[in-house]
Amino acid sequence: MTRFLAVTRAELLILRRNRWLLVATLIMVLFALALTFAGSAPTGTLGVDMLTVSVASMTTLSVYLAPLLALMIAFDAIAGDVDRGSLALLLSYPAGRGEILLGKFTAHLAALAFAMTVGFGTAGALAAWLGGAGPDSHMALARLILTSILLGAVFLALGYLLSAVAGGSTAAAGMSAGLWLIFVVLYDLGLLGAVVMDQSGTFTRSVFPWMMVANPADAFRLWNIAATEGVAMASGMTGAAQALPAWAAPASLLLWPLLALLLARAAFQRVEP
Amino acid sequence: MSDKVLTIHRVSKTRGKLRVLDDVDLSLSPGERVALLGHNGAGKSTLIKCILGLTRFQSGAIHVGAAQPGSAAARRDTAYLPEAVSFHPALTGREQLTLFAQLSGTAADVPLLLERVGLADAMDRRIGAYSKGMRQRLGLAQVLLGRPKLALLDEPTSGLDPISRQDLYAIIDELAGQGTAVLIASHALTEVEARTDRIAILRKGEMVADDTLANLSDLAGLPIRLRVRARENPEALAAHLGGNRVNGASIELLCSPADKMQALRRIAAMGEAVVDLEMTPPRLEDLYRHYAKEALQ
Ligand SMILES: Nc1ncnc2c1ncn2[C@@H]1O[C@H](COP(=O)(O)OP(=O)(O)OP(=O)(O)O)[C@@H](O)[C@H]1O
Ligand SMILES: [Mg+2]
Repeated sequence: MTRFLAVTRAELLILRRNRWLLVATLIMVLFALALTFAGSAPTGTLGVDMLTVSVASMTTLSVYLAPLLALMIAFDAIAGDVDRGSLALLLSYPAGRGEILLGKFTAHLAALAFAMTVGFGTAGALAAWLGGAGPDSHMALARLILTSILLGAVFLALGYLLSAVAGGSTAAAGMSAGLWLIFVVLYDLGLLGAVVMDQSGTFTRSVFPWMMVANPADAFRLWNIAATEGVAMASGMTGAAQALPAWAAPASLLLWPLLALLLARAAFQRVEP
Repeated sequence: MSDKVLTIHRVSKTRGKLRVLDDVDLSLSPGERVALLGHNGAGKSTLIKCILGLTRFQSGAIHVGAAQPGSAAARRDTAYLPEAVSFHPALTGREQLTLFAQLSGTAADVPLLLERVGLADAMDRRIGAYSKGMRQRLGLAQVLLGRPKLALLDEPTSGLDPISRQDLYAIIDELAGQGTAVLIASHALTEVEARTDRIAILRKGEMVADDTLANLSDLAGLPIRLRVRARENPEALAAHLGGNRVNGASIELLCSPADKMQALRRIAAMGEAVVDLEMTPPRLEDLYRHYAKEALQ
């Protein structure tokens, strides 16, 4: 029953030994600190504390970084074992494919959660210490960390899906880069283009917000922004958030990891080592 | 089902247009050591993957005990050593074997097993720093986890030095001794000749032979080679016994297993004229060539 934990243990050892954990945590800390201090200049004008501004900046950062870090671990999860030829041996053991996937997911998610918590936590603590923080901004920071982990979970699972479909590490890496570009950059550009063409027609008012929230990266942004007035003001992006019911973004971000994991599981089933 | 550990009944598999396995039959009893031979691409590894449930086949049936290939019960009872085995380079040998032990759900003494395969000194080093033979030994160590009923070894001696090969066959004997049925896919004919109970030969996905070495020899009717050394007059000896002269003082004759004793009596009757006699039964190499060539006729 706890066989998947054996896989988790081994995967955590690997992440520690090949320094992924160290490097990812370092990246998170450095970027979070840099953004917090770069974004701290205009604090006074908005009338919110420094931690709130810091969370707004880090939200933007996390949209890019959380999917990237997640895909960086996930793309190799199945394809790497196929390339090495060790998948056949692993699958000859009594642990099922679901258990193996769950074991890897648990380890990778724990590593991501560690990097996120340490990175955003450090920057947040520093901002609060320097510029003050209220109960609202504390909540915002906690929400940022939790939703970042959820966003990471989505892209871990999508990474497994690609890793299973690609049939090799190199192909999986390429496909992951493409996936990141689509979800984090191109999708928004496409929506933006559509809105401009539509000139505030029905598309902009009723379809656009839903299409936006369907993308997990945008759902992440919306959730963090809609929940805190201060963050919304600091990020200057309130329109789409107001057009949607409050449950839309959380529902999207909670459903995506489950859906992506199911897809990854199905794709893994079809891998012939 | 019977008491067989493994039964393969008329299994066929096609990959695209290629018929990789063609009506293959094979069965293994507890404690039996069977060599699976065949040219490159004959389908040995594919057959093993079919037994493991890793590859689908189109028709026929495979049972491990009474279980379907790939089922939980079958995987619990089966140990596997892949050809050119490899592991994650960042883990140590001990960590890797611990993972396998936990996955198999057996309480194994990991350091003891690693010692058993000669990795005592290397068990806390990263596998990335292992030599090919050391990785092969680690692969072998995981076969020994949890008393399998069936062990499938795909070219287990590739990359092993001569001493390690001896150790490997000792381990195989030990496995067989405790009742494990062992299937060994191999190209090392001289090794498996001495260390297995039965020989199965695949040719282009077809099982062309499956019997003991002695029975296969009889079936093939390959001749026994007799080399007789004359005291002084090989010409006369050759004239009397038939056969060809070779390297000066000797003559060589071929006879079927059935005629062997008669030939020996005739040679013995020559008395002092014969100095020495050497008898070579057909080797597995001759047999293998015989069964591999049949296709060309
Ligand atoms: N993954 C694969 N995809 C397509 N064809 C394959 C694949 N693996 C093996 N084959 C084909 O199946 C046939 C049997 O291959 P298999 O690996 O079983 O041979 P083998 O007897 O193990 O050979 P060797 O002695 O070289 O290991 C070959 O014709 C090979 O080309
Ligand atoms: Mg092979």
